[in-house]
Amino acid sequence: MEFFLIQTLNGISYGLLLFMLSSGLTLVFSLMGVLNFAHASFYMLGAYFAYQVSTKIGFWPALVLAPMLVGLIGMAVERWGLRTVHRYGHVAELLFTFGLAYLIEEAVHLVWGRIAVEYRVPPELDGPLFTIYTSQYPIYRGFMMLVAVAMLVSIWLALTRTRIGLVIQAALTHPQTVEALGHNVPRVFMLVFGGGAALAGLAGVIGGNAFVTEPGMAAAVGPIIFVIVVVGGMGSLAGAFVASLLIGCLQTFAVALDWSFAALFARFGYTVTSETPLAALWNIGLSQAAPVLPYVLMVLLLIFRPRGLMGTREG
Amino acid sequence: MKYRPLNLGRWLIWGATALVFLVAPLALRQAFALTMMTQMGAFIIFALSYNMLLGQGGMLSFGHAVYSGLGAYITVHVLNLVSKGTFSVPVSLLPLVGGLAGLVFGVLFGYVTTKKAGTTFALISLGIGEMVYACVLMFPDFFGGEAGVSTNRVVGEPFLGITFGPAIQVYYLVAFWCFASMAAMFALTQTPLGRMANAVRDNPERAEFVGYNTQHVRFLQLTLSAFFAGVSGALSCINFEIVSAENVSAIRSGGVLLATFIGGVPFFFGPIIGAVVFIFFVVALSGFTKAWLLYLGLFFVAMVLYAPGGIASLILLQLPVIRARRFREMLVPYALALAAGLVALAGLIGMVEMVYRLSEQGASTVLGVLGFAFDARTAPPWIAFGLVLAAGLASLRYAARFALARWNAIQHDLLARQP
Repeated sequence: MEFFLIQTLNGISYGLLLFMLSSGLTLVFSLMGVLNFAHASFYMLGAYFAYQVSTKIGFWPALVLAPMLVGLIGMAVERWGLRTVHRYGHVAELLFTFGLAYLIEEAVHLVWGRIAVEYRVPPELDGPLFTIYTSQYPIYRGFMMLVAVAMLVSIWLALTRTRIGLVIQAALTHPQTVEALGHNVPRVFMLVFGGGAALAGLAGVIGGNAFVTEPGMAAAVGPIIFVIVVVGGMGSLAGAFVASLLIGCLQTFAVALDWSFAALFARFGYTVTSETPLAALWNIGLSQAAPVLPYVLMVLLLIFRPRGLMGTREG
Repeated sequence: MKYRPLNLGRWLIWGATALVFLVAPLALRQAFALTMMTQMGAFIIFALSYNMLLGQGGMLSFGHAVYSGLGAYITVHVLNLVSKGTFSVPVSLLPLVGGLAGLVFGVLFGYVTTKKAGTTFALISLGIGEMVYACVLMFPDFFGGEAGVSTNRVVGEPFLGITFGPAIQVYYLVAFWCFASMAAMFALTQTPLGRMANAVRDNPERAEFVGYNTQHVRFLQLTLSAFFAGVSGALSCINFEIVSAENVSAIRSGGVLLATFIGGVPFFFGPIIGAVVFIFFVVALSGFTKAWLLYLGLFFVAMVLYAPGGIASLILLQLPVIRARRFREMLVPYALALAAGLVALAGLIGMVEMVYRLSEQGASTVLGVLGFAFDARTAPPWIAFGLVLAAGLASLRYAARFALARWNAIQHDLLARQP
């Protein structure tokens, strides 16, 4: 029970972090049709900026400044990069963001080096929040959940209750009409792209010190959030939410569990030895197989439900 | 005009290509050039097979290294079994083994990936690529973990004195398979399947109305492409005598995408140029600077922004001008643009190298250019290189406008002259 509770809490906090990333990606995708390959790179930039700011003036200013910087970079990328390639179609846009991901990773290599930087949890957030049975639950995990939920609520309020939010929602489905009504749709695109980048940056600020801030972090988390977008259904925010929590919990539980097929067979009275066919496969523990699980989930889902959990469009 | 698939022009081009393959090692005798050309040969097959997806089928794949890498793994195990004497396959036919392995995995994964097209296909191919990479690290018994599986290509009795020990024999093996694969892939573009792949790329809805199952067309195209990727993987396995997890990694998948796009996706021969340029970047430039990936990325982004047809399209744009004997008018604007570009490049390289020197622990921050030594920790070199870069970019902008205006004027004349 204790194990189950702790792992569920960990899974939810990781899942919420993943949703902070996938929500920006989904929003940009459904508005502009652009799949931002560099989204995880903005996450990495957020972490590195936060590290740089927190060494100079502290963690709390970094929490605000780093996402803003990343958002500005995102806007510049949209204004001077994406808008230029837009006329060549979606594949060109995807390729542009792919090249951008390369460039950002190399720039991080050049500026901060190839090894991890010491981006630490601030001392006031270091320590146990509460105790379940015998295990302590860290404050920082709770803080991560708090920031994620606060961010989600504010996005939801901004999208449904403010004027610009209504314009964005209208531009999702009827960009021409919105333009005819006198709104500057390209500027809306720029704002949304910058906003998505800022969300990724914020996720980087709080994820960078919870995990590790290194040049490989974008490549590690990038494929996972793309899997989430596919599993949830392309362009569906609710689907992305469910898929983020699902994959977050799946990975946290899998890492902690030491199940294998061999143990399962042993329960039915069959022992796997090195002579058994495919012995290597049966002996793999669930914890070792954890990195593969999101992709296996994606493949299974594509075979049995090709439009994703909550997707509406086929093809 | 009558359709003649085998005309004189084609005989000349293919004959010249074969001649280049034959003569190249005689012209460039250094060992360095030979290893580079061998790698180029294997990568040309890989890039062409990738373009069967991206260029001809409209499928942007981020996991193409899966097929070449798994083909290479199967090849390395077959080669090791051959050297143990379990059974006998001549080394020169091993690329077929790799190709068949690629084909099998293409059937397996293609069933899942080709269910979708467009952006979703790109994401799924990325996911499959990551899955295979994670699996490779999970089963060290078969895949050898991070270190990989090594082998020895000199097995069996020499046939006519060919052992594949010396690098030159490997080069000719690669050259033979490269030429054969090029011809086969070109022939495929002329078949009904190749044409249908183009149709599915351009207008899937209409292709379905004509009565074709677009998913099936994509699937066939992907399996054939996976076959050639496997051939390329087997050749690189024979060349390097080692296969490691890097062979199926996202880095390699991204590399082939970069190479193909830089060369030119809309043209059959584009990826050949791209593979040559890419291997040159990887092998030659990486010896000079550690920032070579940054330069490659900048080159790629510049191509995406300003020349989406790749190097091949830049070359083909000149053909009508040359045919009208007016290329001489373009010489001055091109020379100006080239000079401005070189100036901008010099400024950029100076700044990048200074950043790199500052970031690396323990490296000397003193650089030298043309006999001048300067310290990257001081301001003057930054200002100087920044000014050079700005001046280069500004003049490049004007030169490009000048060249474009003149090119358009010639084009206008040519169009007006046509009946």
